[in-house]
Amino acid sequence: MPPVLSVKDLSVSMNGTKGMVPVLEHLSFDVAQGKTMALVGESGCGKSMTALAIMQLLPEDFRVTSGSILLDGVEVLSASPKELRSLRGNKMSMIFQEPMTALNPLYTVGNQIGEVLRQRRGLSRRDAHAQAIQFLKAVQIPAADKRVDAYPHQLSGGMRQRVMIAMALACKPKLLIADEPTTALDVTVQAQIFDLLSELQDDTDTAIVLITHDLGAVAELADDVAVLYAGRCIEQGAADEIIAHARHPYTRGLMACVPHLQLGRAIDHLAAALDEIPGMVPPLGARGPDCAFLPRCAFASEICRAQPQPPLDRINAGAAVSCWRHQEIAPGAMA
Amino acid sequence: MNISASADVLLDVNDLVVHFPAGRRGMFGPPSKVHAVDGVSFRVRRGTTFGIVGESGSGKSTTAQAVMRLIPMTSGQIVFGGENIAEFRGEKLRLARSRFQIVFQDPFSALDPRRRAGDLIREPLDLLGIGSPREREVRVRQLLEEVGLPPQAANLFPHQFSGGQRQRLCIARAMAPEPDLIVCDEAVSALDVAIQAQILNLLKKLQRERGLTYIFISHDLGVIQHFCDEIAVMYLGRIVEQAPAQAFFSAPSHPYSWSLISAAAPPGPLRVRLKKDYLVKGDPPSPVDPLPGCRFVQRCPFAIARCRDELPVLNIQADEHFVACHRTGEINPPDFASL
Repeated sequence: MPPVLSVKDLSVSMNGTKGMVPVLEHLSFDVAQGKTMALVGESGCGKSMTALAIMQLLPEDFRVTSGSILLDGVEVLSASPKELRSLRGNKMSMIFQEPMTALNPLYTVGNQIGEVLRQRRGLSRRDAHAQAIQFLKAVQIPAADKRVDAYPHQLSGGMRQRVMIAMALACKPKLLIADEPTTALDVTVQAQIFDLLSELQDDTDTAIVLITHDLGAVAELADDVAVLYAGRCIEQGAADEIIAHARHPYTRGLMACVPHLQLGRAIDHLAAALDEIPGMVPPLGARGPDCAFLPRCAFASEICRAQPQPPLDRINAGAAVSCWRHQEIAPGAMA
Repeated sequence: MNISASADVLLDVNDLVVHFPAGRRGMFGPPSKVHAVDGVSFRVRRGTTFGIVGESGSGKSTTAQAVMRLIPMTSGQIVFGGENIAEFRGEKLRLARSRFQIVFQDPFSALDPRRRAGDLIREPLDLLGIGSPREREVRVRQLLEEVGLPPQAANLFPHQFSGGQRQRLCIARAMAPEPDLIVCDEAVSALDVAIQAQILNLLKKLQRERGLTYIFISHDLGVIQHFCDEIAVMYLGRIVEQAPAQAFFSAPSHPYSWSLISAAAPPGPLRVRLKKDYLVKGDPPSPVDPLPGCRFVQRCPFAIARCRDELPVLNIQADEHFVACHRTGEINPPDFASL
């Protein structure tokens, strides 16, 4: 079966005062039905730009400079505004980080969920309202028949994000893009939302692109993962494989610098400094052809300085990495 | 409460209450109150880190801001270095502020965008009249170096820094008057993970070198475990569990602590089981006019009738380990060893 979403060689540039500045370079990935692809990286790495490019919602100064985005066989990049309108909602939809700003404060949530159904499926106002209640039930909002008439400010953050999910899934899209869907929520609520997403995915077989900086979420939800750094994909493959055998120093650094909860035992925290990645992501426009991670990399050597960044090199069926020294860095991880 | 009087206590907060007015119930109803902080007591030893963990609305930031005397408190005592600073007013309070400083979550809104970094760091010294102008310049340069910024940074404006660098600036500014206590209110929460590790290591280094005392507020238990010596879990304005870090993470005792831990557990079968058994549903209820019983009762899987009627107080459970739950001893904690 062909993948629901096929992104090939996607590049995005920003039209700045100094000409076109690359924001995202040569990203390729496929997402099959019912599968979850995670895009991981620090802010400024191009994760959200990828999402906005797929939805064709890039900000004004940003332009796709190469590549193709096939959604269910349709080329998104050459779709007319009218075609895009029908793709959004019907075939693909998106949930954002901050549900308060994504919902319209002047309409009830039932009205906003119903709007999608009225617009896309031509339901009557009454039918849309009845359907909206069903969707609120599906996203496990208690007392859905009352909450349907609530305004966004009357709901908690977790419930608002559930409403967003209900809206996004109302037309049973083939693809759901979730851009940091839990970052603004409390920890216990985050766990609930992740559970809800994976339950809904089991029911509807939606393909999900999950944008996150949380490798814990990746381990739990994702089938595949692409790690982005400064607009380039530096490691890509099956989530289990990458989590277990990360090869790129950046991926390894990301995993090591998170203080993981250790249960049942105490850590001698006064002695233990966290592993850190020194420095920061190079700003837009300051990214040359050589490895963008070079200035922060503990493993950088002559070859890294002499050669441009290597292309993503397929190591085995499960993983690809863009690093000159990955064999020396993670010899145990070789297939 | 939990530390012998002989220990070197820097801060002793006693029965802190912060209520905010919240309009009326109906046009003629009684006035409502937000019970943001409702009888919180804790002590912080000099040179240690006291962690406060909880979800939004738990009152952790309000507690910190009340302790810093940034918002008016309803009642309670704040004994800092032997003096009850809750009674300080005017000039006396202003000068006392040099000894306790705060670093906020969002380094973007915490810095005046129109002032240069050097001025921002020097401002507390100017306000408190510390040192001669020349000494202040030297001190600014020292502080920049201590937080890992180059001396040229003094001439830049906040927007010319990244988020992590801005948080370094905020730390330098907090350090400027050489305080004894720094409150870090979600100070690393808005940062990328790689930068978060840098800032945590910096805070740790400063603590080692200067014997600083921290109150560290976070919703991230992994960070809390890594960083804190003692932990208080807050829920809707009250401390529900308090213990030394080691005791807390090896034998957490409150159902809400179990829920937080299950949400933060590392991925794997353990997490799946913990979440199934202990993760609470729904969102925290409103802190406006809370009901008489336990604040956690609506979400607690172990609640009984008594929990609805009677507010549990912190009881000692083991050495320095306090829990506010009627059902302690009756319900089974998660057994991490077997999982």
